[in-house]
Amino acid sequence: MNSTQPQHTNRQYEEELRGLRAGLIKMGGLVESQIAEAIGALVDRDSAHARAVIARDAEVNRMDIETDQRCLNLLALHQPAASDLRFITTGLKTTTDLERIGDNAVNICERALELNEEAQLKPYIDIPRMASIAQSMVKDSLDAFMRNDTALAEQVIARDDEVDQLNYQIYRELLSFMAEDPHTITVATRVLFVSKYLERIADHATNIAEMVVFMVDGKNIKHMDPTHG
Amino acid sequence: MAEKLVCRSLNAWFNHGQTHALKDVNLGVGAKLVTAIIGPSGCGKSTLVRCLNRMHEEVPGTTITGEVLLDNENIYAPGLDPVRVRRRIGMVFQKPTPFPTMSIVENVAAGLRLNSANLSRAERDEVVERSLQQAALWEEVKDRLNAPGISLSGGQQQRLCVARALAVEPEVLLMDEPCSALDPISTARIEELLLELKESYTIVIVTHNMQQAARTSDFTAFMYNGNLVEFGDTKQVFTNPSRPETEDYITGRFG
Repeated sequence: MNSTQPQHTNRQYEEELRGLRAGLIKMGGLVESQIAEAIGALVDRDSAHARAVIARDAEVNRMDIETDQRCLNLLALHQPAASDLRFITTGLKTTTDLERIGDNAVNICERALELNEEAQLKPYIDIPRMASIAQSMVKDSLDAFMRNDTALAEQVIARDDEVDQLNYQIYRELLSFMAEDPHTITVATRVLFVSKYLERIADHATNIAEMVVFMVDGKNIKHMDPTHG
Repeated sequence: MAEKLVCRSLNAWFNHGQTHALKDVNLGVGAKLVTAIIGPSGCGKSTLVRCLNRMHEEVPGTTITGEVLLDNENIYAPGLDPVRVRRRIGMVFQKPTPFPTMSIVENVAAGLRLNSANLSRAERDEVVERSLQQAALWEEVKDRLNAPGISLSGGQQQRLCVARALAVEPEVLLMDEPCSALDPISTARIEELLLELKESYTIVIVTHNMQQAARTSDFTAFMYNGNLVEFGDTKQVFTNPSRPETEDYITGRFG
């Protein structure tokens, strides 16, 4: 399914493919805002906000199930081929990545709730930076999906290294805090988890970007670079 | 891929040159593989298979140029008897066509009578049984071999036609929409049969059913307007075709 292609003779099929695309874009938008809000709740130490993000995950899960059902219906009823088939299988996998990103946002909020009970170790600097890169990767991978833009997808994949480096930097920094004062271990470990969640979010965005390349070119680029998750 | 049949610059016309049905088709059919030909109605796919065993010329007002090589020999070489070609390249048609006045045995043996005159009764029976076995029909008809061919169900009649085509031991089997008049179960039996037959035969199947082409063939040819637009590995053609026309056709975006 490619926006530059002529429409399907079967209108129902065309509508269902459009529905799948629209559903994924909407789910992507929600997941993106969940990341931003989770980091906001963490940085602002706002527990009510964190709980609101956690509650909204049910909506992400509902959309995931809906997308699965749409893909299954398309496969069962329309015997898709070629670019349509690649689009639908990409949809089936993308929804799983988006749902996992949503779970990671929830995890960040759970750690935020715990962290809000304790004194802050240091102001958050690298975590929001990492979050903004991960969030933009999610956004760009979805834009690439929407526009069949493999160049943008490749950029997303390249940016994963930046996030990995920040994750390592945060780990080193927290390690030095913990070595200096074992009382910081509880708080530092939780912050370390947040960093790991963001690193996972970037990995999921990378997965989506790789699938966009497959969807557009029919070329599987997964696991080509051993430094990528 | 060892090529059993090769078309070289094959052109075919109907209506005394007014309708150009095949335009410079170049195609290699792999030995002991299933090659599917797909394309919309009127694209030339039936004409192509009918050129592969010299059936096209049976229609008045038709012409052909180019070559069709069977094991590197041109089947259109001057002086070559078309009947000899058709003995090596058999055909099964869209609708089951058993001879209405003949029994099951006589139907299967019909080609033998034309092709090799002096067969003993025992030899004939042996060929009939082998052919019916190969066509996966033996078990269903072995107790009523003298019943009329047309007393069988549609799906059985089509397998009877496959048996008749196999009786003369062809090397290539051409099938022009062999399942379009059959129910899904009979279709599945024919498709299963194709996979068994390709152990011994080279098969070319014309089909309107793209899923059938996807399920049964090793290579797929997509034709449009008398041109061979794309030819390639079936998995490749159905997951990532190289031509936009093929893409539009197999995803249902045509006209």
